[in-house]
Amino acid sequence: MSTRTFRVWRGDDEGGELADFDVEVNEGEVVLDVIHRIQAEQAPDLAVRWNCKAGKCGSCSAEVNGMPRLMCMTRMNLFDEGETVTVTPLRTFPVIRDLVTDVSFNYEKARQMPAFAPPEGVAPGEYRMQQVDVERSQEFRKCIECFLCQNTCHVVRDHEENKPPFSGPRLFIRAAELAMHPLDARTDRRETAQDEQGLGYCNITKCCTEVCPEHIHITDNGIIPMKERVAGDRYDPLVWLGRKIFRKDKKSEQA
Amino acid sequence: MSETANEVERLSCDVLIIGAGGAGLRAAVEARLAGKRVIVISKSLFGKAHTVMAEGGAAAAMGNVNSRDNWQVHFRDTLRGGKFLNNYRMAELHAKEAPERVWELETYGALFDRTPEGKISQRNFGGHEYPRLAHVGDRTGLELIRTLQQKLVSLQQDDAAETGEFEERLRVIDETTITELFTSDGAVRGAFGYRRNTGRFLAIAAPAIVLATGGIGRSFKVTSNSWEYTGDGHALALRAGASLINMEFIQFHPTGMVWPPSVRGILVTESVRGDGGILKNSEGKRFMFDYVPEVFKGQYADSPEEADGWYTDPDHNRRPPELLPRDEVARAINSEVKSGRGSEHGGVYLDIASRRDAEYIIKKLPSMHHQFKELADVDITSEPMEVGPTCHYVMGGVEVDADTAASSVAGLFAAGEVSGGMHGSNRLGGNSLSDLLVFGKRAGEHAAAHAERSGPAELGEDEIASAAATALRPFEGEGENPYELQAALQAVNGRLVGIIRRASELEEALVELEALRPRVANVAATGGRAYNPGWHLALDLRNMMLCSMATAKAALERDESRGGHTREDAPGMDPQWRKTILVSTLEDGEVRLRRQTAAPMPDEILALFETSELAKYMTPEEYQSADRAEAPEAGQEDAE
Ligand SMILES: Cc1cc2nc3c(=O)[nH]c(=O)nc-3n(C[C@H](O)[C@H](O)[C@H](O)COP(=O)(O)OP(=O)(O)OC[C@H]3O[C@@H](n4cnc5c(N)ncnc54)[C@H](O)[C@@H]3O)c2cc1C
Ligand code: SF4
Ligand code: SF4
Ligand code: FES
Repeated sequence: MSTRTFRVWRGDDEGGELADFDVEVNEGEVVLDVIHRIQAEQAPDLAVRWNCKAGKCGSCSAEVNGMPRLMCMTRMNLFDEGETVTVTPLRTFPVIRDLVTDVSFNYEKARQMPAFAPPEGVAPGEYRMQQVDVERSQEFRKCIECFLCQNTCHVVRDHEENKPPFSGPRLFIRAAELAMHPLDARTDRRETAQDEQGLGYCNITKCCTEVCPEHIHITDNGIIPMKERVAGDRYDPLVWLGRKIFRKDKKSEQA
Repeated sequence: MSETANEVERLSCDVLIIGAGGAGLRAAVEARLAGKRVIVISKSLFGKAHTVMAEGGAAAAMGNVNSRDNWQVHFRDTLRGGKFLNNYRMAELHAKEAPERVWELETYGALFDRTPEGKISQRNFGGHEYPRLAHVGDRTGLELIRTLQQKLVSLQQDDAAETGEFEERLRVIDETTITELFTSDGAVRGAFGYRRNTGRFLAIAAPAIVLATGGIGRSFKVTSNSWEYTGDGHALALRAGASLINMEFIQFHPTGMVWPPSVRGILVTESVRGDGGILKNSEGKRFMFDYVPEVFKGQYADSPEEADGWYTDPDHNRRPPELLPRDEVARAINSEVKSGRGSEHGGVYLDIASRRDAEYIIKKLPSMHHQFKELADVDITSEPMEVGPTCHYVMGGVEVDADTAASSVAGLFAAGEVSGGMHGSNRLGGNSLSDLLVFGKRAGEHAAAHAERSGPAELGEDEIASAAATALRPFEGEGENPYELQAALQAVNGRLVGIIRRASELEEALVELEALRPRVANVAATGGRAYNPGWHLALDLRNMMLCSMATAKAALERDESRGGHTREDAPGMDPQWRKTILVSTLEDGEVRLRRQTAAPMPDEILALFETSELAKYMTPEEYQSADRAEAPEAGQEDAE
C-alpha cells in the first residue's frame, strides 16, 4: 500500500479544472479502482462510467496521462513510483460531467450505417458458413465500442467541422465486417463507406489501431482493404461485376 | 433546485421495456414487430448492459456437434441442474424454443463460431450432457447484445424510411434509471425515473411494462456483477404488488478471480473447464472426484482416465467432475479451502496450461488469456489460475406465468434474470442467454397483446410529484455516505448469507439488516443532480435492502440444502421442500414470506425421467402416479 497523487478533471460542459487527490493505492490495482476509492472516500459525486471492470464493456474510456485508455485495464504498476496520475475525459466528445462524455456521436453514426441484409431464401437454421470465412468479420465484432479509436482519430480530434461527414474507424470496421460477412446480401458496402461514411478522409495514420484495447487491426484488416477495393472496383467494372457474381455463387452453393 | 430542474419530461408508449440487456432488447424487437410503440430504458449506455459480459455461450439443443441432443435432453439437464425445483413449463418452453431463437440471431447478423460443416459450433459446459453452447470464443454475450442492438437500429432504419423518423416506433433512452412504477386497481400504468446525465425526471405512461433489469449481485462484495445489479426490477415488482419466488437461491460461480484483491470476483468462464481445464488443490490433487454427489454418480467419471477420455469419446466415457453443476463445484472449492488445501491467496488452482497447447488456449479463450495477463500478470498458457467462488446470478425473481411472462400485476411482465422459476434452485451455465431470448420474445409478444387490449394509460400529477419527492430525498439526508452503507450491506450478506448458511447466522443477518434499514432510509447525497453516482447509489440502496431482506428471510425458512442454497445445519434435500416454493411479497413496507405448493409435473414430463431418478428428488406419491405410462429407458429418445 502506498499513497499517490491523482489529478482528476472535474467540471461540466461549461468548464472545469484538475482536482488533486491524495489516495491510497494497493498491489494489483488499476486506475479505475483508485478512481472508485476517491469516489467512496473523498468525492461521492465524481462522475465516471464503468460496468464490467474487465475490459469487456467499453464503458470506462478516459485519457490517462494523455493516453486514451480503458481505466479498468490500466494497471497502476505502469507508472513510476511517485508519478502523478492525471485522468481526463475523452477529448473528442463533449463533456457531460467529470470523466463522463457525451458519446452520442458514435450512436448517430451507427444509425446511418446500413444494417445487415439477410440473404433471401435462406431460412433461419440454414445458414452455413465456414469458420475461415467468418473469422475476418469476427475480428471486427470483437469491438467493445469503447470509442477510443474514435477519440484518437485526428480527423475529428480537435476538428469539430469534420464530424458531420466522417463516421470514424469504429464504423469503418463495421462496414468492413459487413462487406466480409459471407452471407450479407448487400454489395455496396465499400461504396457506402467511401461516399457516405467519409472513408476518404482517412490517411492511414494507424493511430486508431494503436489505442484499440481489443487489438483489432483496424487499419490493416479493415480500412486498407476497404480502400483498396473501393479504388479497385471503381476503376475496373469487371472486378466489380465479378465480385457480385462470385458472391451469388457462394451463397447458392452454401444455402 | 431551479424550476426547470424539477420539470418532469412526459412521455408515453404502448410497451415500456425497463432494461436493455438480452431480455429487454429481444422483447423490444418483438413488441415493435407487433406494431407497438416501444420505449427501452437502461441505466448504462446502449449496448453495455450486463449481457455484454457473458462469456461461455447460449445453450440450445441444435444437435450440431452431437446429433443425439434434443429438447428433451436439454430439459432433463436443466431440471437436474435446478434440482427439480424449476417451473417445469418454463424449462420446457426454453428447451424447445432456444434453437429457433439462436438461429434467428443469425438472420440479424450474428456470427457464431462454426462446425466443419459450417453450422453453429457448440461447446461443452457444466451440467449439459452434450456440447450445447452456441458461442463466439469467450465473448458470446458481446455478440448477443451487439446483434440485438444492431437489430433494433435496423428496425429504426425501417421506420425512418417509412416515416422519416428513426424513433417513430422504437426509442432507446439510455443512462436513465426507473425508480417507481405507477399502478392502480392492480394494473400498471407507467413509470418514473431520472436521466442520469442531467438528473432530470421523466414519467412515462404505458399500459404494458416489461421488467428486464437483471440481477442483484451487487449486494455482495465478491461478485462478478456490475454496479447495475442492485435488484431494481425485483424491488419495483415487489412495490407494485407482484411477488418474487425462490429468492433464497443465489448462484455462486465456482471460478472467480481471487488475486489481486482488486479483481476478486471477476469471472473466469466455465469454458476453461469445458475446454479441458481441471481443478487442483495445493497438494496438486485433482480433487473434484471426491465430490461427485450420489444423484450424479451415473453421469460423472470416477477416474482421471475416464474423465480425460470423455473429451474425445463422450459416448463411452462419463463426464469429468469439473463439469458438475456450479453449486456442486463451488461447494467443493469452498470445502478444499476450508480444509487448508487452498492456494496461496485462498482459492484453488484451475489448470489448462498443462492440458492444452498454447495455441488452442489462445484461440478458444482469448479474453481469459488477456484478462489474466493484463490484470494478474498470469500467463494461462503456462501457469494455473487461482480461482474461488463469486456471487454470480440470482435464480429468484418475479413470479411469472410461463407462457406469457406476465406477473400477477396486470400489464407487468418480466423476463431474463429478473424473473424467477426457470432455473429452479440452480442455473446451468449457458441457460441464461437462451432464457433471455426465449422469454424476452414471449414477454415482448404478450406485452404488445396486453397493450392492444387495454389501450393507452394516463398518469396523475400527484403520483408524479410524490415519486419526484422520494427521488430527491437523499439530498435532504443528514445521514451517511451511500458507499459506506453499500459496503456495510455487502459485509452482512457476504458474512451471513453467503455460500454456506446456518439458521443462527441468518437470524443474525436479519437483525443486522433491520439495523441498517433506518440508516439506508436516511442516506445522504452531496453535490448536484447531473451525473452524480453518489445520488444514484443512494437511490439504488433501498432496492438492495429489499432484495437482501427477501433472500435472508427465505434462506432462513428453507431448512434443507438445494442448489444455490446450502444450509450447514440442514444438509441434504428434502422431497417435501422440492414441491414447496417460497413466495415474497411486500405488505406495509415489510417483506412477507409465504409457502406455495409447486404445480405438479404432468405425466408426460415425468415420463422423460426414469423412476429411479425421480425417486431421488420426489415423494413416492408424486412419481408413482398410478396411471402413468412406464418411463422409457434413459437415452431411448436420444437415439431418435
Ligand atoms: C461475467 C458474466 C459472464 C456470464 N456468462 C454467461 C454465459 O456464458 N452464458 C449465460 O447463459 N449466462 C452468462 N451470464 C449470465 C448472463 O449474462 C446474465 O444473466 C444475463 O445477461 C442477464 O440478462 P438480462 O437481459 O436479464 O439483464 P442485463 O443484461 O443485466 O440487463 C439489465 C438491463 O436493465 C437495466 N436496468 C436495471 N435496472 C434498471 C432501472 N432501475 N432502470 C432502468 N434500467 C434498468 C440495465 O441498465 C440493463 O440495461 C454471465 C454473467 C456474468 C456476470
Ligand atoms: S488510420 Fe484513418 S481512421 Fe485511423 S486514426 Fe488514422 S486517419 Fe483516423
Ligand atoms: S475498434 Fe477498438 S478502439 Fe475502436 S471502439 Fe472498437 S474496441 Fe474500441
Ligand atoms: S469497465 Fe468495462 S471496459 Fe472498463
